[in-house]
Amino acid sequence: MTDTPLNMVEADQTLVTRLRAWWSGETANPAKRVQFDRPLTPWLFLLPQLAVVVIFFYWPSVQAVTSSFYLEDPFGFGSTFVGMENYTDALNSSEYLGTAAFTAFFCVVVTTLALSIGLLLAVKADKVIRGAESYKTLLISVYAIAPPVAGLIGMMFFDMHMGPLKDLAAFFGYDLKVGINYWDTATALIVIAVWKQIPYNFIFFLSGLQSVPVSVREAALIDAQSGWRRFWDITLPLLAPTAFFLLVINITYTMFDTFPIIDVIVKDKPANNPMTLVYKVYLDGFKGNDIGGSSAQSVILMGVVALLTVLQFRFLERRVHYG
Amino acid sequence: MFKTTGLAIGSMLMASTAFAATDITWWHGMGGRNGEVINEISQQFNAAQDQCNLTPISKGTYEEALSSGIAAFRSGEQPNILQVFDAGAATIIAAKGATIPAEDLITGAGEEFNREDFIAGVRNFYADSDGKFIGMPFNSSAPIMYYNIAAFEKAGVQPPKTWEEFEEVAPKLKEAGYLPMTASQLTWMMVENFKSRNNQQFATNNNGYDATQGTEIIVNDENQVMMFEKLKEWADEGLYGFYGAGWADNLKPFEEGEAAMWIGSSGSFGGLQKSADFDFDAVYMPYWDSIEGAGTQSFIGGAALFAMAGKPEEQNTCTAQFFSFLTSPETQVYWHKNTGYVPITEAAYEMAKGEGYYDEQPVAEVGIQQLMLETGEWSKGYRLGFYPQIRTVMEREFNRIFSGETEVKAAFDTIQQEGNALLARFAKTAN
Repeated sequence: MTDTPLNMVEADQTLVTRLRAWWSGETANPAKRVQFDRPLTPWLFLLPQLAVVVIFFYWPSVQAVTSSFYLEDPFGFGSTFVGMENYTDALNSSEYLGTAAFTAFFCVVVTTLALSIGLLLAVKADKVIRGAESYKTLLISVYAIAPPVAGLIGMMFFDMHMGPLKDLAAFFGYDLKVGINYWDTATALIVIAVWKQIPYNFIFFLSGLQSVPVSVREAALIDAQSGWRRFWDITLPLLAPTAFFLLVINITYTMFDTFPIIDVIVKDKPANNPMTLVYKVYLDGFKGNDIGGSSAQSVILMGVVALLTVLQFRFLERRVHYG
Repeated sequence: MFKTTGLAIGSMLMASTAFAATDITWWHGMGGRNGEVINEISQQFNAAQDQCNLTPISKGTYEEALSSGIAAFRSGEQPNILQVFDAGAATIIAAKGATIPAEDLITGAGEEFNREDFIAGVRNFYADSDGKFIGMPFNSSAPIMYYNIAAFEKAGVQPPKTWEEFEEVAPKLKEAGYLPMTASQLTWMMVENFKSRNNQQFATNNNGYDATQGTEIIVNDENQVMMFEKLKEWADEGLYGFYGAGWADNLKPFEEGEAAMWIGSSGSFGGLQKSADFDFDAVYMPYWDSIEGAGTQSFIGGAALFAMAGKPEEQNTCTAQFFSFLTSPETQVYWHKNTGYVPITEAAYEMAKGEGYYDEQPVAEVGIQQLMLETGEWSKGYRLGFYPQIRTVMEREFNRIFSGETEVKAAFDTIQQEGNALLARFAKTAN
């Protein structure tokens, strides 16, 4: 490289040249780290991002925590400090606990199905040689559908009056009642949520598979004849970083991003249909205008997700081998 | 061509000379044709005078309009006029200081206001316990029973006035090959308006009008439980079809000619004329002959307009002028004919009648007549906090009743208990 050596940085060097030098990432003396000569400069660069995080994440979070200790008139005229009452009310309500149980169940089932089907399809697609591109495009294209649209498509399939899946169930003698029967609605939610998430997992697994070195594969071919054995001992461990990343993303997806699907399926009126915790936060806060109760629920949810993420990183990530 | 351009420029200049007009905004929760009619009425108001310029903005659904209004109020960005639906009335009325009572606003602006001009059924719902109008009734509807004329002819029966008559008629309709009845939004039809049509107390503290503190809902009483035990029995016998909490899911069998009767909104007939390819008519929502004093008017559904506080005097004057404009018979009749909502003043009703509108559209008169029936002690309205959530609890329990997961009495005990817990929470917010 022809750049001027960076260890000779002059105090009056312009920002642009310094940036360029930093961008090129080369120094005459690699042992010496490039540093800003003024302590304020890095903060200036961070400021826009920090501002976004503070305004859109920390500030609302602090507000949510504060309002969770109050019972407040929606218009902001009066509020009563109630301590932990919003929390105890939520945790003692059988409806809230039922919603929490369903969320956990939904999370496990959707994540397991979406990950395993995504992986299966990726492994199979990885082997296809002729027409590989069209298979991949077909599988990935679902990802381009926005969740509310996915919900609508699903709703049409499961509609209680004219859905083809209702007719199919009726053919087997089952009266499918999505919107009335709790588990029928749960099944519809799971099917749609999984269907929507498979392509995402598929893309990542496929690229993960394609980055497994050919030499390793060939060596494995000599060691083990059984394809299942090779997959289990060689491919899967090498895919572990991808799988771990996808696990975190999928759990977040089922907890939060399935909201529009639920909204479309329950049509704004949950009745006794299953819903997730985040949907209940919305219902109580935005439809019921119970700001304190809704805030307490969102704080609980925030705690659960934080805990889950910490647990994942502590216990699962240790087993992940980053090649 | 040049002429039209010239005209357009001319009218633009005219518009800018009227620039000194006071701007006021109106947030509402209506879409589709109803939203268009709101725009038309606003244009008519703007054309009728030149001091005020009203801009209506749709905020989505009723619930979204209310929560947008609340959020805006908290940040000082509230509109002049906010549309709030029946179930949200307690939320906005309990927040004293969020609104200017419509009656004070109108009389304060020197406009005329007379409670007796309004039809009986709409007088009390958005008023305080002394009868003072807090909200301005706007789009008002009543639950009525639509029926398929051919189905009744085939079965050789008359549409029922009471639930006792329904029990006689329904098996014959079933024999004739029909599902006798479906109903949308059971919370509105079979609880709230079960209370109003049968003159039953809905909540303590004068149905919640007298105080927020200590108000308790009354739903696990003998009569209310009986209504749902009957509905469950009818559902099991195939005399009534339950299709969940969704409005359209319950309407569908009627539209498709499978169901002979459907209990829906008086505001639904415009839509039904398009979606149903058979002749239909409507009667009042049935009541129980066996309950003493039953047969009273129903509560109004729909929504009212609230004048938000914290606005300059000249804007409030404009809001008052618009409220007066809105209640004028011409505007009311225009609204009535274009949307199916009932006219809210006696004068507007007489005008529509005089024009012979009900000879062409007899169904359009059923809702308003039902609202003009005798007023009972308990048919004026209800004022319950966190009521949208209480409705959600009811919907959940109703699904469980009809799927056989719970007994009717147990379900209403749950509604009573959870409803009272919500009311107690609401009372704490109102301190």
